[in-house]
Amino acid sequence: MTATVMTADDIRRAVTRIAHEILERDKGAADVVLVGIADRGDDLARRLAAEVSRIERAEVPVGVLDITFYRDDIGLRAEAPEVHETRIAFDVSGKVVVLVDDVLYTGRTIRSAMDALMDLGRPRKIQLAVLVDRGHRELPIRADFVGKNVPTSRDDNVRVQVQEVDGSDAVTVRRVGDGEEGA
Amino acid sequence: MNEHLLSMHDVTAADVTRILDTAGSFREVGTRVIKKVPALRGRTVVNLFLENSTRTRISFELAAKRLSADVINFSAGGSSVAKGESLKDTALTLQAMGADAIVVRHSSSGSPLQLTRWVDAHVLNAGDGTHEHPTQALLDLYTMREKHGRLDGLRVAIVGDVLHSRVARSLSIGLVTVGAEVTLVGPPTLIPPEASTWGVQVSYDLDELIPKLDVCYMLRVQRERQRLEYFPSMREYARLFGLTSERAAMLPETALIMHPGPMNRGVEIDSDVADQPASVIEEQVTNGIAIRMALLYLLLGATGAGEAA
Repeated sequence: MTATVMTADDIRRAVTRIAHEILERDKGAADVVLVGIADRGDDLARRLAAEVSRIERAEVPVGVLDITFYRDDIGLRAEAPEVHETRIAFDVSGKVVVLVDDVLYTGRTIRSAMDALMDLGRPRKIQLAVLVDRGHRELPIRADFVGKNVPTSRDDNVRVQVQEVDGSDAVTVRRVGDGEEGA
Repeated sequence: MNEHLLSMHDVTAADVTRILDTAGSFREVGTRVIKKVPALRGRTVVNLFLENSTRTRISFELAAKRLSADVINFSAGGSSVAKGESLKDTALTLQAMGADAIVVRHSSSGSPLQLTRWVDAHVLNAGDGTHEHPTQALLDLYTMREKHGRLDGLRVAIVGDVLHSRVARSLSIGLVTVGAEVTLVGPPTLIPPEASTWGVQVSYDLDELIPKLDVCYMLRVQRERQRLEYFPSMREYARLFGLTSERAAMLPETALIMHPGPMNRGVEIDSDVADQPASVIEEQVTNGIAIRMALLYLLLGATGAGEAA
């Protein structure tokens, strides 16, 4: 069975709140840059940037980071993981980089993302914003900004849909044993 | 994707898209200050170059190093091959040393295929005799797609010594796979009789084609393979089939001038033509590294049957 844990309105409010929290934590938008992890993290990063700009009347640079080449499971899957594009048109050195992703799970993606960022420069700080934290970390990583904590079992399938890719906004959890194909 | 890259016959249109898209991401890596990613850390790539080649070997070496793989260069001179070791024994030695991929260049057509029967490693053909050179074809396809935004329906002339050119064969097959219109142009003695089975046109008149081309691809006159006299003189060849300034001026404004290198300036291409903006010969070299990174990544990044043994 599938349960909706966040509606489009919930997502909108969470993005607005996280934007406020970033500004509060980092004392304004100076030196703050947002880097979304492809795919879907980049769409959320753009929305956060728009909110931050609206609240603070300051432009916040947004980049897209592909972490495929930094994954720890290359060669362990039947097909090589699909590669997306990295587009970061600014220097991350000395900046407060807020990594943005849709779901925080094992923490391995974030580990890869930090390695990838370090190869691009030397950020002053790296923070992490996620829409959903579903638990089950395998590495000592935590998020600085969380849209919603969703308790799950390891077999559950958490799916984030965003307007830009999927045509609508929602977060759903599919419990095990319903016989449907996982996303 | 197959387990090996031996021939453009094995590469589907969907494979071409995947390889070119992946190469696009690696192009971006090549623009960074740190041009290296850890994707193939701990893997071993052997460059087995039993026929002389500096450009292709350096390109593969750089590609593997930018993926953090360990690279071993093995060439004919000064190695056990010079002492009379057979290809099979060389292959088994590399296998015993744990090579994950073998990039092979050999003067005998078909030797990469033979190699796959002896080793578990992924085999990449970097040019075998007068047979094929698939990585060159793929980097050329990348360059054409980048500049024209498409491959389907592109009008491409491949001009010169088609007979001895593994580049011409691989590129023709690749272009036909993606739906381009290919015409082979050259003296009749240098067009292989079986070319008609490749799905391409053949012409002996370059001037007639020039104004309609999207890509004018010049092949190197392979003097080292000219054991027989295929044409009366270099001067006559240059006059009939060379890309002179006058001919280049007749090309459409958007047309590309390409050459796999190394060039014989003044023979198949005039020196000032090679240096004009329509010529993308240097970009082909840059794209070559990205294409080879993509191929190594796609082949080694999956659990192929080759690792199961």
